[in-house]
Amino acid sequence: MAKWLNPRSALGLALIAAVLVALPFVAALGGQAWVRIVNFAILYVFLALGLNIVVGFAGLLDLGYIAFYAVGAYVYALLASPHFGLHLPFWAILPIGAVLACGFGVALGSPTLKLRGDYLAIVTLGFGEIIRIFLNNLNAPVNITNGAQGVTLIDPIAVGGFKFSAASQIFGLTVSGPQKYYFFLVALALLVIVINLRLQHSRIGRAWQAIREDEIAAKAIGINTRNIKLLAFAMGASFGGIAGGIFSAMQGFVSPESFSLIESVMVLAMVVLGGMGHIPGVILGAVLLTVLPEVLRYGVGPIQQVVFGKVLVDPESLRMLIFGLALVLVMRWKPAGLWPSPERRRELAETRAEKL
Amino acid sequence: MLEVTGLSVAYGGIQAVRSITFHVNEGELVALVGANGAGKTSTLKALARMLDTAGGDVHFLGRDITAIAPHRLIREGIALVPEGRGVFPRLAVAENLAMGAFVRRDKAAIAADLDHVYSLFPRLKERAGQLAGTLSGGEQQMLAIGRALMSRPKLLLLDEPSMGLAPIMVQKIFSVIRTVAEAGMTILLVEQNAKLALEASQRAYVMESGEITLSGNAADLLGDPKVRQAYLGE
Repeated sequence: MAKWLNPRSALGLALIAAVLVALPFVAALGGQAWVRIVNFAILYVFLALGLNIVVGFAGLLDLGYIAFYAVGAYVYALLASPHFGLHLPFWAILPIGAVLACGFGVALGSPTLKLRGDYLAIVTLGFGEIIRIFLNNLNAPVNITNGAQGVTLIDPIAVGGFKFSAASQIFGLTVSGPQKYYFFLVALALLVIVINLRLQHSRIGRAWQAIREDEIAAKAIGINTRNIKLLAFAMGASFGGIAGGIFSAMQGFVSPESFSLIESVMVLAMVVLGGMGHIPGVILGAVLLTVLPEVLRYGVGPIQQVVFGKVLVDPESLRMLIFGLALVLVMRWKPAGLWPSPERRRELAETRAEKL
Repeated sequence: MLEVTGLSVAYGGIQAVRSITFHVNEGELVALVGANGAGKTSTLKALARMLDTAGGDVHFLGRDITAIAPHRLIREGIALVPEGRGVFPRLAVAENLAMGAFVRRDKAAIAADLDHVYSLFPRLKERAGQLAGTLSGGEQQMLAIGRALMSRPKLLLLDEPSMGLAPIMVQKIFSVIRTVAEAGMTILLVEQNAKLALEASQRAYVMESGEITLSGNAADLLGDPKVRQAYLGE
């Protein structure tokens, strides 16, 4: 804590706070779409931090993480939409979503306790697909999820009469719906980041680290590997569930399409690309991988127009091409991620030194 | 201190350990020697609860620990140094040692034990900040033993401490094991290098095809023509 008191860090924090406050208004200059993109970036920070617990801290490769996001999203959609005619308040639904996702986390974790690496990845991948397929088909004989059409007209987050979906005047300033969500998300994200930082340096965090490094040795030093692994799945899943609920509320619409395998892969890419196990790195990875494709979406077309006088390659396909290339380059030159933890950086340096 | 009665271990239908009975008294260094595949490591793994037993029972200080959960063992006072050392490669040496005291909360005593481990292994102190994965095999073995000592065990289980080490390092590790034993630690040592194990220990059991075929004073076994022929290459 003493570190925070020195003037340089205080200045840094003040600067970050100022940027965080100004960001939605700056982004709005480019249209509300950009505020939404920023909101999604924060949502992905949630997801990436949740997955980081499982993959980064405990070393369990999970390729079906988006399933927990789906569970949270559908819990919110079903409890706050005309589909069942239920309209519970968000502060009741988000915890329900988190608890249910947590339950699914344990349900996935318990049969896979003895699996590691590739084998665990295969099972979790299957789990993610099973959840998506269930959501797609649970419309008959009893219509629960409304199948592929998804659930529409989901209630926005609202506190009393204060709705997050509509613009309103605050202190003479017009604050749009997405901007309100932004501040809500930032507040939650700060909470999630603090929880993650505390977790990492707790006894539980050290136990995860031990399991990641050597499971037999972890058992030998007295760690209940079963419970600690389940805890990683459960906590990671809870974060996913909360993120899913907010996603539902923000979009007003969910369908199984939003929870495909590629989403799991993207969240994992955020964790790996940013720096596995390192919280600032994971945040950076999530923000970059959300914003970069959007920048390319809006940038690739006009740039071609300027350079060649016409659009040569369809921006949509070029966008993914550039994105993929960027990922490959990062992994080639920064194998530990863009912002790895000091330990990882040192490990790479030491093993390189050993080879010489 | 440790009483093993009729212990069996099986992998599928194959019996790796067939109803063996042995014991370790307090303060003793007892060796379990034998050729590759004789069932030594399976025995130790079963004692450490990393493998399920197929029969028999294990008592430690009068308590039945046959079916105890593996992570509870260290609270009973039994610390395992796993085969292949099992250090935490991406943690520093000092962090590895701190992990050894995971179940303890008495900070002052932990610090004292850390000093003790460093005095046993000055090499580890020199490398306290280095990542364990970058240590040599011998240093990793020292670290694994040091980490086990950090739990302040009553009984130390050593699984093949000489495996994969250079001859000089093997000598060094055995002199450390002797030092630890002389300080009063009770040790059960599983070792393929029969000569060194018999020289270091007081008593020993010789295993063959999952059974104990010989047992007695280490010095007597070392002089036994059968042992010399089968395990010492004479």
